[in-house]
Amino acid sequence: MTVPSPELDRARAAAGAVVDPELPMLTLVDLGVLRSVEIEPPTRVVVTVTPTYSGCPALVEMRADLVAALHRAGFPDVDIRTALAPPWSSDWITPEGRAALREHGIAPPGPAPRRGRGPVPLRLDPPPAARCPRCDSPDTDQLAAFGATACRALRRCRGCGEPFEQVREL
Amino acid sequence: MAFDNAYEALTEDAGGLGDRWAHGTGFQDALSGVDDTVPAGVDLTAAARHVLGLADDALVMAHRLSEWCTHAPELEEEVALANIALDLLGQARSLLARAAQLDPGLRPAGVPGHVPDEDALAFFRAAEDYRNVRLVEAPHGDFGHLVARLLVFSTWRLALLDRLSGSRDPVVAAVAAKAVPEVAYHRDHAAGWAVRLGDGTDESHRRVAEGLAEVWPLVEELFATTDAERTAVADGTGVDPATTRAEFADVLSRVCDQATLDPPGMDDRGAGDAPAVPRGRTGQHTAALRDLLAEMQSVARAHPEGRW
Repeated sequence: MTVPSPELDRARAAAGAVVDPELPMLTLVDLGVLRSVEIEPPTRVVVTVTPTYSGCPALVEMRADLVAALHRAGFPDVDIRTALAPPWSSDWITPEGRAALREHGIAPPGPAPRRGRGPVPLRLDPPPAARCPRCDSPDTDQLAAFGATACRALRRCRGCGEPFEQVREL
Repeated sequence: MAFDNAYEALTEDAGGLGDRWAHGTGFQDALSGVDDTVPAGVDLTAAARHVLGLADDALVMAHRLSEWCTHAPELEEEVALANIALDLLGQARSLLARAAQLDPGLRPAGVPGHVPDEDALAFFRAAEDYRNVRLVEAPHGDFGHLVARLLVFSTWRLALLDRLSGSRDPVVAAVAAKAVPEVAYHRDHAAGWAVRLGDGTDESHRRVAEGLAEVWPLVEELFATTDAERTAVADGTGVDPATTRAEFADVLSRVCDQATLDPPGMDDRGAGDAPAVPRGRTGQHTAALRDLLAEMQSVARAHPEGRW
């Protein structure tokens, strides 16, 4: 564990300002992929990140951006670790992150599916509706479950007629 | 940090991690920075062989799915199949790297040292050293065939991964737990198409029914248990695929019911393939895998010293 210090605050601020390469309106903190920033004495900054999806190619970019940001903040010794467990959930997107998504025309995810005991339930019905980020109409349809990146689905608003993206529940 | 354009971001100093993805060598080891402790008292050869099979299933299926780019019936479907392929590729990378960690002897001899284990295994193994089930290597049919194959594959894989999330191997458990909700999306996507096509027109019904009939002879193999799997189960790191049979049958029958399809009898699986013996898992493959690998491996094999 790291003792709180101005240095640690500075490292956390630098890492916390890095944005997601594919959703640049979100910081990695907003997205919930920055798990921890610690300092291992004397000067090594250890950052732990978690990928959103198994094949997410943006993770390499995130690592590079974190290293560059910490170098700029005066920390030459940076170690980026990956935590696969517990797996990332869209529930980890912060309220600030959800507001930023909506502001940029992307609907935030609803609550991630919960499961009880037994097999993962088969879902043949359409997913729960999302409100249109433009006109706030609840009358929207899913056009495609898979969008421009692994974490997004494509929807259409019947109210204003516009298509929009939604971060999928995971 | 914000950039005015994408090129500015790509040319930024990456701080010692190599160049950026668009033109760089920056592919990190898939397990970089992951807790990779090996549990005590485990038969590493068997554990590695088990993981290799799961990795190869994902890799070969990802490649087959990526072949659908520019061939799917609509743009949204191309994007969906590419996304599914990417999820599977991510699983394959971590599992290939893990297999090589557990048993370094799996790495093919003579591959240049700078090639990461995952690439050495993907690009420098011959077809007979692949351990995927034959379902994933079968050549493409039409879209009805694809839907049937994706439904069968992801239903089975989801049941396997769900059980593997309790593995004693921390990497396998973490990769599996992460993959479960992803593969649930894949399965539900394929199930949605099966219902749409099956309960659609006479023509779409015929196509998906034929697709199901075509993949069905390869289904029995999915539940056959190999020696490596038996050992891995005894060691607490693996899962016996035979335990997924009931869940698989239940999901398939519910999808077929909604899709107005006659489910192929679970007792008819593998007609012509009896007695049920492991095939792909023991390196017995069809010529289709050789052809697939010839294309997938061509660049890496032509330029073994290449860096990208």
